[in-house]
Amino acid sequence: MVTAEKQDMRIAQAWAVLGQVMDPEVPALSVVDLGIVREIRCEASGLAIDLTPTYTGCPATAAIRLDVENAIEAAGLGRPTIRLVTSPAWTTDWISPDARRRLKEYGIAPPAGSAPKGRRGLFAPEPAIACPRCGSTDTRQTSAFGSTACKALYVCAACAEPFEYFKCI
Amino acid sequence: MPDTAHFEFLLRLGDSCLVLGHRLSEWCGHAPELEEDIALANVALDLTGQADMLLAEAARFEGKGRDADALAFLRDAGDFRNLLICERPNGDFAHTIMRQFLFDAWQVELYGALAASSDKALAGIAGKAVKEAEYHLRHSGEWVVRLGDGTPESHSRAQDALDLLWPYTGEMFEADETVAALVAARIAPDPAALQSAWTRTVDDVLAEATLAKPPSGWMQTGGLTGRHSEALGHMLAVMQVLPRSHPGAKW
Repeated sequence: MVTAEKQDMRIAQAWAVLGQVMDPEVPALSVVDLGIVREIRCEASGLAIDLTPTYTGCPATAAIRLDVENAIEAAGLGRPTIRLVTSPAWTTDWISPDARRRLKEYGIAPPAGSAPKGRRGLFAPEPAIACPRCGSTDTRQTSAFGSTACKALYVCAACAEPFEYFKCI
Repeated sequence: MPDTAHFEFLLRLGDSCLVLGHRLSEWCGHAPELEEDIALANVALDLTGQADMLLAEAARFEGKGRDADALAFLRDAGDFRNLLICERPNGDFAHTIMRQFLFDAWQVELYGALAASSDKALAGIAGKAVKEAEYHLRHSGEWVVRLGDGTPESHSRAQDALDLLWPYTGEMFEADETVAALVAARIAPDPAALQSAWTRTVDDVLAEATLAKPPSGWMQTGGLTGRHSEALGHMLAVMQVLPRSHPGAKW
């Protein structure tokens, strides 16, 4: 018989462990920072963890799932049951101000503001994206898509450095 | 609401994503510029991810122990239920972009409506995928305007692509017994409602692109019942060769 208090401690411990599991493609942020871990429950068979993919085709999803299972097991919390959930749909709004700051320090411009509401028109002006190196907003998008599904490519006119921007969705 | 109709409907959605995703992936390493190479591969990745989720759901309703991979790699052309427009060979860049634009404009409306589906799992997938589709539509729509309202060469290629692909757009709004059963169960939206929204998007972009909308006339049909063009068989031969030659292979 496991008391509710012990269950809560186990869940809190699991959150702390996953706070140290870094995203394989954006290693400045943990899977908790990114909002990929949605819920942790204590069930009869052990811990049950809900994960949500950032993009449907994100190839890191399988690696993240494995990293989460291994980290929980290595912390002595047993092999968890993982469930992939799609709703509510993942949004960059779940990335905290502190995580956004660390993203910028890592060299990736964080999502600007909150996710757009409604459909954006063609050639609609992009929000000003600050260069993560020099801070100038005199920047230009060079590609709407980047090295991973979650990023776009930019270049800074002030310091001439190219950089990645974490797309706001 | 029989599971067979549900299975059939999910197969149509998933197969269209899978086939178009594979077509786009054929551009990888061949696009006219690096940024476009990355863009087309990214869109391909999103579509393949959506196909994975949709086919997993289809397999669940089929209830025969198959999974998404089995559906994707171990079926022959006659068992595929994708829209014919998705299997059209890539052609030139204008052709690929026009095909993408016509498809994206449809997918945005479809997913937008499916996000309110009474099938909660499907609604979850659609609610997520609609964000991706909107991003794709901006990309393909902006390119249609650039090509159509660009040079005489790009204009004529875009117009040729539009004329060639137009007869494949009717299939997006076909209604048959499967669709009727899903509409009645509030799982799928009425195709007629999608068509009016799609037409608005297409008309706006074509006008800005200075392209002439082809007259409505005879439309291609067959994809939804498994009658495909020769092109699909050739594509599947490439797409499926690895799991077919090495059954059960893992990496």
